[in-house]
Amino acid sequence: MTELSAHLPQFQHGQLTENFPDTHLSNTNDNSERRRHDNSERRRNDNAESETNGQPQNNIQRVVEQDEEEDEELTLKYGAKHVIMLFVPVTLCMVVVVATIKSVSFYTRKDGQLIYTPFTEETETVGQRALNSILNAAIMISVIIVMTILLVVLYKYRCYKVIHGWLIISSLLLLFFFSFIYLGEVFKTYNVAMDYITVALMIWNFGVVGMICIHWKGPLRLQQAYLIMISALMALVFIKYLPEWTAWLILAVISVYDLVAVLCPKGPLRMLVETAQERNETLFPALIYSSTMIWLVNMAEEDPEAQRKSKNSTYNKQAPARQTQNEDAEADDGGFSQEWQQQRDNRIGPIESTPESRAAVQALPSNSQTSEDPEERGVKLGLGDFIFYSVLVGKASATASGDWNTTLACFVAILIGLCLTLLLLAIFKKALPALPISITFGLVFYFATDNLVQPFMDQLAFHQFYI
Amino acid sequence: AFFWLLSLLAASLLWSVSVQLSGREDAALLLLGAAAAVLLQELCRFACFKLLKKADEGLATLSEDGRSPLSLRQMAYVSGLSFGIISGVFSIANILADSAGPGTVGIHGDSPYYFITSAFLTMALVLLHTFWGVIFFDACERRRAGGLGLVVGGHLLTSGLTFLNPWYEASLGPIFILTLGTGLWAFGTAGGSFRNVLKCLSCK
Repeated sequence: MTELSAHLPQFQHGQLTENFPDTHLSNTNDNSERRRHDNSERRRNDNAESETNGQPQNNIQRVVEQDEEEDEELTLKYGAKHVIMLFVPVTLCMVVVVATIKSVSFYTRKDGQLIYTPFTEETETVGQRALNSILNAAIMISVIIVMTILLVVLYKYRCYKVIHGWLIISSLLLLFFFSFIYLGEVFKTYNVAMDYITVALMIWNFGVVGMICIHWKGPLRLQQAYLIMISALMALVFIKYLPEWTAWLILAVISVYDLVAVLCPKGPLRMLVETAQERNETLFPALIYSSTMIWLVNMAEEDPEAQRKSKNSTYNKQAPARQTQNEDAEADDGGFSQEWQQQRDNRIGPIESTPESRAAVQALPSNSQTSEDPEERGVKLGLGDFIFYSVLVGKASATASGDWNTTLACFVAILIGLCLTLLLLAIFKKALPALPISITFGLVFYFATDNLVQPFMDQLAFHQFYI
Repeated sequence: AFFWLLSLLAASLLWSVSVQLSGREDAALLLLGAAAAVLLQELCRFACFKLLKKADEGLATLSEDGRSPLSLRQMAYVSGLSFGIISGVFSIANILADSAGPGTVGIHGDSPYYFITSAFLTMALVLLHTFWGVIFFDACERRRAGGLGLVVGGHLLTSGLTFLNPWYEASLGPIFILTLGTGLWAFGTAGGSFRNVLKCLSCK
């Protein structure tokens, strides 16, 4: 244990530089594995320096190899658990969005468009409509790219206060204003009489508890629940205000952008992650959902990273030295998380939260350093990913002629995409973009089910034939 | 579930293409489409088996004692169940949604028992998929073509029997008998026996 804590600073640094891929999805398991690899490597190096004859080195080599093999097994074993841990929140978010779309008609009514999508789709010709939607998508994506680059620049020049303030304003907007609108619409749908005083009290409580939970400390489950609710609200806004073809185009382009931004060496998200690694800081935890608790960082952030309290306690027992280091990091992270949230919220205004949330997610991998126990490490998924998955499924349920069949098909497709992404994560042990595979599957299944499967199933059901 | 959806996709593609080519829509084409769907489903079940087998081997090599944490039977059961669930849900979700809305069943001369027979048929189909999954995986594992042939044949028979709707006596009855028989066969394949049942019931 002491050996571990002594190596800790080196680890963290090494881990950061190694483990920061820009993806929204980072497997803390992988980080721990990395750590273990680093650990074993260091051990090997140290021993090699002290021993001159070959024999001890061979033993060390064998030990190292054994460590690595065990690490691999553990990765896969715990990888499956983390997949399930991610399935639940993604499913919950989608269920909330679909339930709202089906029952509250407000979110399917066309009440105008956002300023980011100025071209209307109510045109006379198909060509005009296609052109308008392409222009809309282009504007949206460029706004997102600009915001991401702005974020990276701010982060690089250490304007933490600005980012912080931005995140706080964003989360304020989301937690209070959007949930007020949502509550109002739900009341209208079910014809519930309500007075302003009760509503004010409810929204105030909801918002304040949300702010505390997300930006500061709170019970893990509550934080996760708030992050899911926020993602669902954001997805509903997207579904309402994006016209049809624009929405599908944006989904497709954003998954391509995600792939590029995370994996290209000059991509903004990757640079963000690398900068954070160099500085030994955690990135915006606020925009990432983590399935395990990292007590040091991002307690309040939107990261769904659920850090288990038990992990914290074991960790406390094990490495007091680490603790102080972590606490420093926590202070940093706390600030960042708020900033992230604000950024996200700000983007919600302009609806550019995704790039930032994604950046936040990418920033997350560094958090994994704090966990020592492989079981405690969790997987992190960016909130932007939640939002876009829910947008896809929500749009499918809102506008598909196949209704439930299409919705279900998209749901299964997205989950399978998530599974594959997590598998790739376990294999490559780098941060990976979580959007491309799932969104591709989802889009393929949506269009295929809507146009091909639906007529077939309709005819079969009409005659009550079963296949 | 994913594999079932893939098979459904392929079958619908086939059906749509055939409809477009022939220029008319009638029950014969539907029959063809349904048969193709059944065959493609079984094909995808086989693909699922291959994939799971590979994953199982991978898990076995990585585990500490050389054995995989999942047995083939568990995988067979889960795969069959997921096939059944997704097939059942696809069959019944829209019907359920419609049943919550206003309307009269069979007002145009169709059977008024549409909903309840749909429910029973779906239940039978889900159970059948589960049983077929178990039998199929076991037959593939032991390389017995007989089991494979019977599963495919059973599936085709079930689908064909549903084409006799709304003559419910002819379709529901045999389908339920088939379900029971397949269930007993799957139970036997999974290693159960009369004695096991007795032991289980007496809680030894």
